[in-house]
This record gives sequence, structure tokens and C-alpha cells, in this order.
Amino acid sequence: MTAVHNARPLVQARNVHKSFDQLEVLKGIDLNVMPGEVVAILGPSGSGKSTLLRCINHLEAIHKGYIEVDGEQIGYRVRNNRLEKLSSSGIARQRRKIGMVFQQFNLYPHMTVLQNIIEAPVGVHKENRKDAIENARRLLDRVGLSEKTDSFPRQLSGGQQQRVAIARALAIKPKLMLFDEPTSALDPELVGEVLATMRDLASEGLTMIVVTHEISFAREAADRVVFMDGGHLIEMGKPEDVIGNPQHPRTQAFLSRFL
Amino acid sequence: MNETAVVKAQPSGGADFRDVATAHTPFRTGRLVLWVILALVVANFAWIVAHNENFGWPVVARYFFDPTVISGLYVSLGLTVIAMILGIVLGLAVAIARMSSDRLAKSFASLFIWFFRGTPLLVQLIFWYNMSTLFPQLSITIPFGPTLASWDTNSVITPMAAAIVGLALNEAAYMAEIIRGGLLSVDRGQTETAEAFGMTKARALWRIIIPQAMRSIVPPTGNQLISMIKATSLVSVIAMADLLYSVQSIYNRTFEIIPMLLVAVIWYLLITSILNVGQSYVEAYYGRSDRRNGEAAKPAAATDEASH
Ligand SMILES: Nc1ncnc2c1ncn2[C@@H]1O[C@H](COP(=O)(O)OP(=O)(O)O)[C@@H](O)[C@H]1O
Ligand SMILES: [Mg+2]
Repeated sequence: MTAVHNARPLVQARNVHKSFDQLEVLKGIDLNVMPGEVVAILGPSGSGKSTLLRCINHLEAIHKGYIEVDGEQIGYRVRNNRLEKLSSSGIARQRRKIGMVFQQFNLYPHMTVLQNIIEAPVGVHKENRKDAIENARRLLDRVGLSEKTDSFPRQLSGGQQQRVAIARALAIKPKLMLFDEPTSALDPELVGEVLATMRDLASEGLTMIVVTHEISFAREAADRVVFMDGGHLIEMGKPEDVIGNPQHPRTQAFLSRFL
Repeated sequence: MNETAVVKAQPSGGADFRDVATAHTPFRTGRLVLWVILALVVANFAWIVAHNENFGWPVVARYFFDPTVISGLYVSLGLTVIAMILGIVLGLAVAIARMSSDRLAKSFASLFIWFFRGTPLLVQLIFWYNMSTLFPQLSITIPFGPTLASWDTNSVITPMAAAIVGLALNEAAYMAEIIRGGLLSVDRGQTETAEAFGMTKARALWRIIIPQAMRSIVPPTGNQLISMIKATSLVSVIAMADLLYSVQSIYNRTFEIIPMLLVAVIWYLLITSILNVGQSYVEAYYGRSDRRNGEAAKPAAATDEASH
């Protein structure tokens, strides 16, 4: 929960612009995330929250500005004093320290829970298979699913699938975790189990950027809340300020819907 | 609690009848009659065929394991296996090229598919066989530059090579479209997830996308394989001694045309039946993650068929 200050930010976004054809979705985003910090991004649908997350691990390329994660500019490198685009394998390498959890879980349906979790550690990070399995079992235990090791995703409830997806992302020992509305596809009674898992991670000092509509989660688990609308970061600050006492009328209007 | 209360409230214990556990399937007389009639017709037809001397069953039996026939069978099977494997590998490459964002790869793949699907296989085979009349010499050269190596076409394109190349290229064009359809059927989110986890494109394709695409690729590929077995009979026109060619060579001597063709027909049916069983096993394997109870792949349909 406690952010380390005076350190170098883990994530730095400067004047980030992103368009889809004519539609400008991100209109100059500036955001720093410190190591160990949990940042919740709130905002109405279509405001560009998912796009911002996807730019951070270069699933989408930005058009202006720059994004840096752990001291490396995402998607580019400097060579002979000039900025050049990274090859797809270079980008793949950069993504290896960033874990991502999707709204639709996106587990690999043809693999068991265990195979889902060890796929990237063994196949991408070249971890020893035995160690990876051991670590996967530990993670499954941590998300409360140790008895589901050999199940296929289709045999699990939505909440269980999302917890497996979290374990899968943790298995690569990420420096940064991105969550894109991890509870939005869940039945209301399953939201709690996923949020509880995420609260645990937050309290253990993992750096997290969480796009969510769960206001109470943002209030309790986040170090900082960012309100986004129309491609701009409109308001940013401590949860008790942004949620408890919003200054901008759009933030006020948005939050009033949750009261 | 509630249920018992409702049951008790039912007048004259009517709820017992409605418990589906007590239900039985009514006897369907019409269906039985239909089955009996059908069985009689089939049995009668089989009896007529078996006792018709024009079919020459003793001849069929005598030549069924004839060395010429068996070696023809090997040629047909060998051609099928080799052409199919080459067709699938090349088809995969063409499918990937067709789906890539590279304009050159894309148009080359489209051109390939357009040509080989658009012309009759028989004509393609004859072209390959007669390559030497079009290009007497095959050479490796730098375009518009010097020649590096050169061969006599007839020594490179033997009937066997012509048959393999012809069948494989044709197959690749069809397989490319089947594989492309399969790859497109996989949820976009899967590619994205694989990428987000730092997989290279090749690894994502091999580990994540292709295994999921297999479910829609396998059934039409089984179809293609069966077509391929029969398509190999076309190579008899370029003097390849396949199954059809070998029975022809026998009836050209003995004039027992129908019995010899029956030998070939029965062999073709036997092979395709075995392939059908194999296909249901493969389908069950790639459908295993769908089973709700999570049992290992135990293809019920396949065991059914195998016991016949
Ligand atoms: N791949 C895309 N192509 C075109 N438009 C897109 C694409 N992805 C998102 N958009 C558009 O960008 C805007 C922001 O989308 P998104 O980032 O998903 O918003 P949010 O996650 O805040 O709901 C929306 O108007 C959406 O339609
Ligand atoms: Mg979104």
C-alpha cells in the first residue's frame, strides 16, 4: 500500500496520444506510477482506459509522446542518437516483465489450469519446468484454487477463471500488473472473490494499474485514483480526495451514479 | 422443504406420475417396421449381388491379395501420405502468408490458391509429367544472369516426382483455405493474450492458435485425405502403377473388368473406413477441453465404429 517515494517511477507516460483512424482516443496523457504503487483508473465507457493500458505494453502503438516502463522505452530503442522501432521480438522481450489480466479472462481453453500458468514461464522465460510447476501450485494455492490444477477453463466459474488468469500473470514474476476491468464480466456474487485476491496483491507491494468500476475497491486498495474522460486524465489524487471530494464536475457526475 | 409441501398438497398423489425418474420411452412401432423393411431390402440386395455370377466373386477373391494389386496399393497409400504431408505443410505456409500484413506474401499466396484450385488436377498432373516438352532443361540461374546448375528435366521429373508435385501443390491450395478458416475461427483475444505474455508470433501460432484451430481444421482435412486417396487414381494416366493402374493392367490381360474393379473398390472402401475411425479419434483429442467432466479423451463415437 505504501508507495516508495523519491524513487524513479516504474511507469512514465509523457504526452501520450493515440488515434484509431480519425478518432483520437488518448489526447495527451501524463502519468507516473511509482514502484509498489496501486493506481486505479476510473472513467466512463469509451473514455480510453483500455487503450491506455494496452499502450503501456504496446498491444497498441502510440502516435505521439512516449511511454517508459522500468527504464526502457516501450516499443523503441535509441541507436546512434536516433529513435528506432523495435522488432516484434524486441517488443515481445519488453512485455515479459508486464503481467496483464483481461476482462474476458482469455485463458487458453485447450490447456489445463496448470498448463495455462506454466506456459509463459517455461516457454518464454525458459524456466525449469519443475520449478515452474512448483511455483504454479503455490500461486494456485494463493488464489484458493489448488484443487483445480487439472481442470480445463470451461469447467470453472467466471470468478475461478479470473483468479487463474491472475495466477497466470503472476507466474511470470512481473514488475507491473495491468488489470482491465477484471470483474466486469462476472456475476455479482463472484466479484468479491476476485477483488479479495487483488487486495492481497496490492497489500504485498505489487505495482498495479487497475481499470475498474468497483469504486469501493479503488477507495480501499488504491494508493492513487485517476479519473479519465474523453481521452484526458481529468483528476488524479488520493482516493479520499478524488472519490470522497471530487473537484471536477465530470468526476462528480460520474461518481454520483455509484451512490 | 418447499417441494415436499407442494407434493403433499397434490390431490390423489398425482405428483408421483410426474417424477421424470419413472418415465419410460414409448415403443415406436412405425420405426421398427421401417428398420425391418430397410434391413430386408439391404439383405436382399446383398444376396442378389453375392449370387450374381457376373460379379465374378471367385475372381475377386483370387486377385484380392495379388502381388501386383498389393504393390499398387502401396503406391496409392505412399502417394497419399507424402502428398498429404507436403500439402499440409505448404498449405500452412500459404495460409499464414495469405493472412500476413505483407502485401507481397499476401498476393503471392492468393495467386497460388487461385491457380491450383482453379484448374483440374488431371490437367496439372499431365503438365508436370510433360514438363520436359515445355522446359527440356531445368537450371538454377541468377535472374537474367549466369547459370549456376542445370539438369535434364526428364531425369528430375520422373512419373513419381510429377505425381507427388502435382498432388501436393493441388492439395496445398485447398489445405491453405481450410487452415486459414481454422485460424480465423480462434478468438482474437487469444493472439493478444499470447502477445501480452511476450510470446513471439511463431510461438503464439504454434502453442496457442493452431491447437485451437485444429477443431475446425480436422473434419475438412479428413475429407481431403479421403479425396486424396481417390485422387491418386488419376496418376494412372501418367503411367504410375497405383492401385487402379495395377487392376487395369490385370484386366487388360484377363478381360475380367468388373471383378478387378471390385478389388480396387473394396480396397478403397477399406482404407477410407480406417481413416474415418482415425479421424474420430483425432477429433475427440482436440475436443477434450470441451468435456465438462474433464475426462481424458475417450472417443465414444470411434469405439462404436471400430467394434462394427
Ligand atoms: N481497435 C480499435 N479500433 C477502432 N476504435 C477503437 C479500437 N479500440 C478502441 N476504440 C475506440 O476507442 C475509444 C476508447 O476505447 P476504450 O479504450 O476501449 O475505452 P474504455 O476502456 O474506457 O471503455 C472508443 O470510442 C472505442 O470505440
Ligand atoms: Mg475498456
